Amino acid sequence: MSDAGLEQPLLRAVGVRKRFGDTEVLRGIDLTVSKGKVVCLLGPSGAGKSTFLRCINHLETIDGGQVWVDGEPIGFRLRHGKLYELPEREVAKQRRHIGMVFQRFNLFAHRTVLENVAEGPVRVLGVATGDARREALALLDRVGLAHRADAYPGQLSGGQQQRVAIARSLAMRPKLMLFDEPTSALDPELVGEVLEVMRALAAEDMTMIVVTHEMGFAREVADEVVFMVDGAVVETGPPSQVLAAPRHERTRQFLARVL
Amino acid sequence: MAEADVQDGRALAVGGELPIVRLRHWGRWVSGVVVLGLLALLGVALAQAQVQYGSVPEFLWYRVILVGLLNTVVLAVVAQGSAIVIGVVIALMRRSVNPVARWFAAAYIWLFRGLPVLLQILIWYNLALVFTYISIPLPFGGYLLHEQTNVLVTAFVAALLGLALNESAYMAEIVRAGLNSVDQGQAEAAKSIGMGPLLTLRRVVLPQAMRVIIPPTGNDFINMLKGTSIASVIGVTELIHAANNISSNNLLVMETLLAAAIWYMVVVTVAGVGQHYLERAFDAADRTGSAGGPWSRAARALRTAPTVRSRDV
Repeated sequence: MSDAGLEQPLLRAVGVRKRFGDTEVLRGIDLTVSKGKVVCLLGPSGAGKSTFLRCINHLETIDGGQVWVDGEPIGFRLRHGKLYELPEREVAKQRRHIGMVFQRFNLFAHRTVLENVAEGPVRVLGVATGDARREALALLDRVGLAHRADAYPGQLSGGQQQRVAIARSLAMRPKLMLFDEPTSALDPELVGEVLEVMRALAAEDMTMIVVTHEMGFAREVADEVVFMVDGAVVETGPPSQVLAAPRHERTRQFLARVL
Repeated sequence: MAEADVQDGRALAVGGELPIVRLRHWGRWVSGVVVLGLLALLGVALAQAQVQYGSVPEFLWYRVILVGLLNTVVLAVVAQGSAIVIGVVIALMRRSVNPVARWFAAAYIWLFRGLPVLLQILIWYNLALVFTYISIPLPFGGYLLHEQTNVLVTAFVAALLGLALNESAYMAEIVRAGLNSVDQGQAEAAKSIGMGPLLTLRRVVLPQAMRVIIPPTGNDFINMLKGTSIASVIGVTELIHAANNISSNNLLVMETLLAAAIWYMVVVTVAGVGQHYLERAFDAADRTGSAGGPWSRAARALRTAPTVRSRDV
């Protein structure tokens, strides 16, 4: 895998399969994402986009295939040509540098905004509290919320909460950021501020995988869009091609409905 | 309505203000008087009772009563504390993916919640009848523990075991309800920043479950304080046993029981106040201002004793 000449992709998913009971939600997903790229996952609801995203940081276990992040098989250890399943606390270590932003924000409701952002560095990475708070404040400043550092999540608007959630992920200095429909739970007038922060991240060459229904964002920011239907990838390519001149019938139908 | 009033009304309605006569709530006055009257009658009756009220304050500070008070409080605190720890463990087992753990937890709760506390205490107290010695052998000979059951399981220990294990079954259900009340997304968010299962539980899930756990636990603790009286059956000198000790000498049964009653009310009131502050501290998530952990908030709340009691902070 580590051929000297080839640059290793940051994410390499091979034939990822997942079933919930009798329904097969992922039927062998392949995806390769290079460092610094932004990939948007599109498709109708129930296509398995979110499930696939959650497989990348092993919030869902996979039933087949492999997910490699930065040369490491997520959820497993490679030994003697076999993949051995890791216990949860070992998987936790692999997740440290894979950030995730949820549709419903999931900020820690019992901690202030600043504590939310500093929690990971202090408790997981062992950063000194003073340093972590200073850094958290800088991150909050970046998402425009330094002035709400002492507020509780319940006192913020949805858009503000999501920006804090992004800051919380960034505090772990992630190599890869996963966004699971980050603007779907927001009032329409609050979507812009979150996309703004994501655009800025993309501009700083953060590697991002984004499940979204925001076609405008995909067209403008994505290096590649992946169109999924029924647990399989139907079409992949640059947004200019997939969104403007889709080859596949299902893609055309979907775009006709959302655009 | 008299013609003049109508005229008045028209005239005033244009510019001036009409006086408002509030509705008189006669029913409230009547019921208030009735309640006060009944209380007065009760007072008269109590005053005529053949009780030497004067001796009650004296009994409050009798040595044996104070020993009883101490035993009651120690028994309740230690039993409740152990029950909370065991309850958390059983609750976690109940939610485990391991079917054996789940099954064991369910059976544990079924058993210890099902048997009367008195019966459980009597079983522990009489353990020596079936096990003369309690031993923990070491692997290469010798014992880590080898002692007569009678020596190990005193009346106090038997009461402690009975109360703690019975309560732990209830605590397990309370903790389980608390854990279930925390949104799954909280644990996922904790995982996503690399927290392991223990850290997630300790830093994210349990603190938020506390809001649901504290009120019924406070309730149970108050029950526990009073429930320790059952230990008098096997001769533990708790408050009631202490009161009986005195009255069997001087025959002032009511007077000594009143002294015990006063101590119970004192202890229960203290527990209730403590619960109030704990609840406020863990409820802070959706409030304005006050930062810091729940414990430091509780401490701050205690320092700045509030003059207004309100539930809608």
